[in-house]
Amino acid sequence: MKHTIRVSCSRSNLKTVRDFVAGVLQQHQLSDILQNQIILAVDEIVANLIIHSNHEDENKHLDIRIEMEPHEFRFEAEDDGQSFSPAEYRDPDLQEHIRTGKKGGVGIALVNRIMDHVEYTTIGTRNFCRLSKRLP
Amino acid sequence: MKIAHHATDDTLTLSLDGELDASSSVSLDTELTKPEVLNYRKVMIDCQRLNYISSAGLGVFISHLQRFQDAGVKLVFFNMQDKVHNVFEILGLDSLMTIVPTQQEATAV
Repeated sequence: MKHTIRVSCSRSNLKTVRDFVAGVLQQHQLSDILQNQIILAVDEIVANLIIHSNHEDENKHLDIRIEMEPHEFRFEAEDDGQSFSPAEYRDPDLQEHIRTGKKGGVGIALVNRIMDHVEYTTIGTRNFCRLSKRLP
Repeated sequence: MKIAHHATDDTLTLSLDGELDASSSVSLDTELTKPEVLNYRKVMIDCQRLNYISSAGLGVFISHLQRFQDAGVKLVFFNMQDKVHNVFEILGLDSLMTIVPTQQEATAV
């Protein structure tokens, strides 16, 4: 079953997307921890797309699609902002973050640790971020 | 995110109510940035009603930890829900920060 939502690139829509994901997951009797992890991974990707790729421009939109298979959760976000290059990404050193008082940069680490598959595709001006996670 | 304050001579307790995401974590950051926070010996964070935390919320705590340590202020979390504690665990932050089950234990730290 496919579920879709379109949101403008405003931080206030992070909650909208989390509620949307929670609504989809609710029907699948996952543990609290697993459900929270999936919502968190989606929230991190959506926050990056809204804030970094689209600079919180409310005239721009994200198209979000979720597919629930019996044993897999699949997420896709489509936008036309700046594309993300995972090759330039470095896993954060948390002790270094603490020492320097750095605020950001741990979101993608959470996504990579929670999800089984993470990919970024750009076709022309459209970017696609796809996540998947096996379910018990 | 609602933040309630409770202060005694040497301890400030902040009770968090709601969700800490890239939108709502700004108010917590403002709160922890206040210079008077460093006048306490300990800052206790009551997480009983903290229902959600994302990297932005974690980032607020990460970014203030050293400043607190340099000023001799202990930062202690208590009453944390399992699903929120799990987010600290995923990054290994549970071993870099002080997280205890109950208020009594937080007081004893």
